[in-house]
Amino acid sequence: MTPVFDIAVAVARVAVFFAFVFGLVVIMTWVERKGAAYMQDRRGPNRARILGLTLGGVFHPLADALKFLFKEDFIPDGAHRLFYQLAPMFALAPAIMTMAVVPFGPPVTIAGKTIALQIADLNVGILYLFAVSGMAVYGVVLAGWSSNSKYPLLGGLRSSAQMISYEVSMGLSVMGIIMVFQSVRLSEIALGQGALLFGFLPKWGVFVQPLGFVLFLTALYAEANRTPFDLPEGESEIVAGYHLEYASFKFSMFMMAEYIHMVVGAAVVATMFFGGWQFPYLADKGFVLPGGFSVAVPAAAVLILRIGSFVGKTFFFCWLYVWIRWTIPRFRYDQVMRLGWKVMLPLSLLNIFVTGLVLLYIDKGGF
Amino acid sequence: MTIGVKKVARPEKMSFGESLYLLEIMKGLAVTMGHFLHNIAHNKDIPTIEYPEVRRTMPARFRGCHRLMKRPDGSPRCVACYMCATACPAKCITIVAGESPDPAVEKYPVRFDIDMLRCVFCGQCVEACPCDAIRMDTGWHTPPEDTREKLIYMIDKLLEK
Amino acid sequence: MELILFMLFGAIAVGGAIMVVTRRHPMASALYLILTLFAVAALFALRQAHFLAAIQVIVYAGAVVVLFIFVIMLVNVPENKLPMERVTGMRLLGVVAAGLLILESAVLARKFAMPAGSTADAGSVQAVGRALFTDYLLAFEITSVLLLSAVIGAIAMAKKKI
Ligand code: SF4
Ligand code: SF4
Repeated sequence: MTPVFDIAVAVARVAVFFAFVFGLVVIMTWVERKGAAYMQDRRGPNRARILGLTLGGVFHPLADALKFLFKEDFIPDGAHRLFYQLAPMFALAPAIMTMAVVPFGPPVTIAGKTIALQIADLNVGILYLFAVSGMAVYGVVLAGWSSNSKYPLLGGLRSSAQMISYEVSMGLSVMGIIMVFQSVRLSEIALGQGALLFGFLPKWGVFVQPLGFVLFLTALYAEANRTPFDLPEGESEIVAGYHLEYASFKFSMFMMAEYIHMVVGAAVVATMFFGGWQFPYLADKGFVLPGGFSVAVPAAAVLILRIGSFVGKTFFFCWLYVWIRWTIPRFRYDQVMRLGWKVMLPLSLLNIFVTGLVLLYIDKGGF
Repeated sequence: MTIGVKKVARPEKMSFGESLYLLEIMKGLAVTMGHFLHNIAHNKDIPTIEYPEVRRTMPARFRGCHRLMKRPDGSPRCVACYMCATACPAKCITIVAGESPDPAVEKYPVRFDIDMLRCVFCGQCVEACPCDAIRMDTGWHTPPEDTREKLIYMIDKLLEK
Repeated sequence: MELILFMLFGAIAVGGAIMVVTRRHPMASALYLILTLFAVAALFALRQAHFLAAIQVIVYAGAVVVLFIFVIMLVNVPENKLPMERVTGMRLLGVVAAGLLILESAVLARKFAMPAGSTADAGSVQAVGRALFTDYLLAFEITSVLLLSAVIGAIAMAKKKI
């Protein structure tokens, strides 16, 4: 009974989170196109229809997928065949792996067992995330190199330099969060954000680490190759960068990898800096408002509110990617490097230093 | 005219708020969100023309695809004088003249092709024609085709427009 | 179970390492190097050193090999211009010597007792951090000074005028 139950839970968790992320990926491709259109005073995709319904173009991702499936699978003549075919897998696999450690809800108790709503609660938590997402650069670099073409090569070169530069600040910018919540496990970080700060503010990451949040968000955009850091793709300068020579489903694998990165990145930001599944002022038994009020809420509603709050936050940050993309133009390459090494790095070190000082002060009985 | 260098005035120094970037980014985000919300709320205001269903009305003097005019009896008005072919800067009109069966008319075009792929829509042919036999007032862009041959318009096609 | 996994990842690590030195194409070597590093990280994880495993992947697979690949791409020697490596007596001798060295160190290592099955906590971030900043503080600081001087040295060499 027990192992069967455990396995069923594990499979269910993977299935649910997988479905969540992939569903969001599909929705995001539509949101991105439609959002872009509306921000630029256009109408955007509105043609694909099923049974005469267009519903604002929501069927376009479906049409896209079908199109990718039926296109010719093409390998350029001078390409290195093996590496060329490996590259999309190198891109997609780490992207999928990253979603394992994100908690999407509080632990729940079913049939006397506590189940964490998280695929794997590794005790290296965030580090696993960095380790795996760092692998994503190989997909880009291999694709750029093996295509045997100038633009992809440039894209691959840019990407490798950019990823290394921003990985440093990304790692350092979450150090503050780790120091405040005394853990690298995302589940514990999310749990720690349920407390209140000064008695009225939810103790969310952004309130204790505002600078860390800005730095992390910037580094995240750079790592996910999103505008303003989309130099590896740079449509207007190197055509499409590393995936220029790819077509059909291999191209869509790159596309999916990018969107999964976005979605998981959004979930991670929500977890580390916006309380994850924590709903403001919602404790296990009900709302506890500052000033002593409390409203009882049934346990099931609490669970739904919390998971809903995680989904909502994730969706907001997914949207933020799109929003930023159509607002800020691409940086020049030297600007990217200067920002990474001369601004982000010192600032994240400063952030760690100040956080340490404040924590020491609190430890010694201040505040 | 001498070539000069135009100096673009750039702000000498960014203010502190500007050099932080974040505030400016917020302003930009507000602008884009403003457009987004406005377009969602006033869907009708989006200037996009839903092309196949809705057509834009062309201005009266729009130079579109050519057409050849007809006489009241239905024969082409063109007298194969080669004026248009001579005037055409793109050299895309090919005319082969033939003896007209009508004794009142000297010549008529046996062949009259316009290569729409080479035409630059300058309107010189219309200007040159002494008998107003060719006009560009169909209001049509050249519609796409899948072979080059289909884009060389023969006399039948030009007459029926 | 642990033994099987150890054998598996050990075999992958050694096999990958052999491929790294024998492949003709530098890009293939670099990819096999990643494989080896991953296998070694898995071995760390098997010994409960999760922190070390993660850091291994982040630093070596995530950054160092990326730099290697960066250089390979930058130089980008076409396939037919790659130098031919030949097996010479000297090289064979080197392989034999390396094998002897490994054997020797294995024998030596057996003399020291293996650390008893470490507890689940011994490799956690907290434990490693505590050990690093208390018992091994001096070594840690000296290493950081060494790295700092290496960084400064690299900049000094790369830039003619500072
Ligand atoms: S419009 Fe200009 S280019 Fe076209 S056929 Fe007439 S004269 Fe030639
Ligand atoms: S100029 Fe007019 S009449 Fe003369 S050939 Fe051209 S279309 Fe015919």
